Formats: sequence, C-alpha cells, structure tokens
Amino acid sequence: MADHTVTSEVVFRIRRFDPTTDADPHWEDYRFPCPPGMTVLEGLKQIKESLSPTLAWRSSCRMGVCGSCGMFINGRPRLACNTQVSELESSLITVAPLPNFNIIRDLVPDLIPMFKAHAETQPYIIRDDTNEQQQPTGEYWQSAHQLEQYLQFSYCIKCGCCMAACPTYATDPVYAGPMPLAQAHRYNSDSRDGGFAARKQVLSGERGPWRCHFAGECSRVCPKGVDPARAIQLMKRQLVFDYLKLGKQKCPASIAKVPDGLKRREGIPETPPRTI
Amino acid sequence: MRDQRLWTWHIGAGAVILVLLGLHMTVMHLDAIVRIFNPAPGEPVDWANVVARSKSVFFLVTYVLLLGTALFHGFYGLRNILFELNPGAPAKKAMNGLFLVAGLVLFAIGTWAAWAGFTVARSA
Amino acid sequence: MLENKGRPNRLGVKGWLGGGRWGFERYLYALHRLTGLALLAYFVMHIVVTSSRAFGENAWTSAMGLVKGPLFSMGEFLVFAAFAFHAVNGIRLALVELGFAIGHPIEPVYPYRTSVDEQRPLAIGVMILAAILAIVGGIGFLK
Repeated sequence: MADHTVTSEVVFRIRRFDPTTDADPHWEDYRFPCPPGMTVLEGLKQIKESLSPTLAWRSSCRMGVCGSCGMFINGRPRLACNTQVSELESSLITVAPLPNFNIIRDLVPDLIPMFKAHAETQPYIIRDDTNEQQQPTGEYWQSAHQLEQYLQFSYCIKCGCCMAACPTYATDPVYAGPMPLAQAHRYNSDSRDGGFAARKQVLSGERGPWRCHFAGECSRVCPKGVDPARAIQLMKRQLVFDYLKLGKQKCPASIAKVPDGLKRREGIPETPPRTI
Repeated sequence: MRDQRLWTWHIGAGAVILVLLGLHMTVMHLDAIVRIFNPAPGEPVDWANVVARSKSVFFLVTYVLLLGTALFHGFYGLRNILFELNPGAPAKKAMNGLFLVAGLVLFAIGTWAAWAGFTVARSA
Repeated sequence: MLENKGRPNRLGVKGWLGGGRWGFERYLYALHRLTGLALLAYFVMHIVVTSSRAFGENAWTSAMGLVKGPLFSMGEFLVFAAFAFHAVNGIRLALVELGFAIGHPIEPVYPYRTSVDEQRPLAIGVMILAAILAIVGGIGFLK
C-alpha cells in the first residue's frame, strides 16, 4: 500500500525528440524523489532543473484552466498539471506528447490544425444586427434554461486531449475533431446566435460531425467535463432535423429593452458620471 | 451538403433493414422458436419453402427493398471506413464511382434473381 | 509563428483499436466496424449464391450443397451473431447519434457524468439482448 506521506522515488519515462539532432523520438528515463502531492508538471520541472535542462514542454497556469499542458500520460491524454503522480498508482510514469498532432519537439505538439479547424466553424456569435453589436443599447434576453443548453460546452479550454483520444482523428485529418465541432455546437445552441445557416456550409460536408461514431473517448478524457460527444450528437440531431425540415426555426434572442413609463424608486442615488 | 444527406439516409436505411432483415433472420434461423413463412416441413432452405416464399408478391417486394437498402447501407459504411484512412482526392472519386457501380450491379443481379424466381415459382 | 511542420504522430488504425486503457464504447465501435465489414462481405456472396433459385430446383439444390458442412455452418452462425450484434448496437447508435439517451447539457461538476455514462445502461442492455439473440439463433445451427 502506497504511503502518501512519504517521499518515494519515481521514474519518468519521457518521449524525447530534438528535430535538430534526432532522427526519431526515443524514450529516456529520469529517476528522482517524488514528494507527496507532486503533479506530473512539477516532475517535469524537477527534471529540467536538475537532470535534463533541454526538456521542452508547454505549460502556463499550472491549475487546469489554460489548456497548455495536454500530454499522453500513462496511456491516456491528460493535463500534466492536473495529474498527481500518486493517482497514477505506478512508480513508472510514461509521458509522451499528445498523439494525433505533429511533434515539434519533446512534449510539444503542433496544435495549429486544431485551431484552424476551430476557426473554420466560426466560433463567435453571428447576428444580423451588426449596429447593435457595435453600439449596444441593451442586453440580449436569455433564460437560465437557454443558458444551460450551451454552458457546459463553453467550459472548453482547447487543450487538445479530446483530439488525441478520438479514434477517427487518429486516421483522418479531414475530420474536424471533437473540439471544433463541440465549439461550433456551443454557438449553434446559444439562443443569442443566428449563425446556424453560415456554419452549416462547413458542418454539412466532410468537415462535419458525420465521421463521429460515438466511441465516447473525447468525453471520457476531457479535463473540464465539456462532454464534446454530447455536443456532437446534439449537433447531428440538429443537422438531421434541418435536412428533414422538422423542428421550428428559432429566431436569435431579442434585446432586453427597459420598458417605457418606468419610474425610479425613491431614494436611489443617480449613477456616477461615465469615466470612459 | 452530401454528407448530411447521405448520413441521414444511412440511419434511415438501418431502421428499414432492422425490420426486414429481422424478418428474414426469423424466417430462416429462428424457425425453432417461431415458424413463419415455412409452410413445407423441413428446413427453411428446402426448395419447397423457397418456392412458397418466392411466389409471394410480399416477398418479392420486401426482398428487393431489403436488397437496395442493405447495399446502400453497407457500401456507405465501407466508403466511410476507407475515407477515414485519408486517401487522396482521385482515390476518393474512384471509390465513389466503384461503390456506386458495384452497388447498382449487385442490385440488378438481385432484382433479376427475385423476379426470375417469382416467375419460376409461379409457373411451378 | 513557428513554421516547423513537426514530426507526424498520428495513432493511425491502431487508434481505432484502442490500447487496453480505453472505454467500453470504443470497443463497441471497433466491433461494430468489424461486424459491418464481415456482413457486407457475406452479403455480396449471399446475393450471388441465392440468385441460383432463378434457375430452378436443381440449381438451388446444388448451390445449397456447396455451402453445407460444419465449417459453413460455423461461418453462418458467426454471421448470425455478427448480425445480432450489429443490429442491436445499431439501434443504440441510431438513438444516441440522434441525441436521445445521452442526457441534456448540464453544469459540469466533478466527478463528471458524461453522455457516455448516461447511455451506459442502454449499452449494457443492448449487449445482453445481442447475446440472447445470438444464443437463440445459434440453437438452429446445432442441428
């Protein structure tokens, strides 16, 4: 039984690759003491400080919100900062770069194709009233129920773990992947958005969700519980109903204007003057 | 676009095949549990039973329907699997053509066989 | 911006098969593909063999004679089992991929209950049904 109060030794087996000197990636082992509570990211920093100063990886926030440190740890895509060595229940920790992306160096994947696919899905609110968007006169109506329809998908931190886990993306670079599709659905299901027709141009073709076959791995590995599999199936439902002309056309949310004839309650001070 | 339409038809075809192939499997393989459309004694593949089914208009229509939907469903699935291996554009075009032709040829063979079987059974 | 394209690192077809750390549904996906291909191959042969009935009783009997024997019987049972799995799993996939049985979007609270967890009872039920169907159909092949 592992004693979580004692510092033990751990071996990090890291997939190293320096494009200027190496022909192929290779494994290298690093043994060092592992205090209780150490995360994989802290282990990498320990290696860089004392064992191998040339080790390269991406990280930033070290608390699971920036999405930089996605890696293939003990056979599963995870965030290095979010993964404690003790939870892996092994004294051998294999760390490799995220699969399904080109390796730039060591643990650094080339995420550009994912971001390109993401940009293609037009991941922003698309509405006709551009004047209102430039000079807003009020907020858009949205009920709590409407918020719930897309809120889960908005928690995506674009770490790429879902893309590494997807079996279709493992062979097929044309498939957009769980992240871009889930983010497209995040906007399609946002009641303030009117861009379904625009996104449909991309989503009804080969770049769409049609090559997803619900292996469900993307949702299982997502560190933020975004559940891209759910988003993609809901998107397929929306697109199929659109093809079969079932379901109502929803108008984008209207502006919540303050009703006329309202009087201010007594005793409330005026707002201070604008500073910008 | 095409993929949206093809996928919808693929799922629809699956639903149709579920019913029709389910019926076919029940007739051919579940005869120990529920014997339907096997009027003659013996195996479901015996000539007497085959003739009894072949001469029925119901079977003519449902066999041709099952043939068409199953060929579409199967070749679309195969196309999907092969396209996910990321072939080049000329290979994709070639595959699209090949599967269409193969599907149509097999459909023609099967429909001819169903019709010929129908006339043979009716005249026997 | 870094123009370096980097070294390719896709999992390829191995990614379809998983690696032992993957979930139940990923194996169902791989098996669904496998059974689909097997059924298609069988189907093409089946069309050709059964079209012999158009040529009368003798042609039919000789065609059936070609496909008799324990090896063919075993093969046909496997086809039936493949059909049982593919059909019943196909029902699950049709339901799930049209957005049923996967639950509504919710505020994610750790430990996350994903759409995969929501449809898990359906997946288990589907597997049990497929097994029952395969066994029931297999009885006919024992003769």
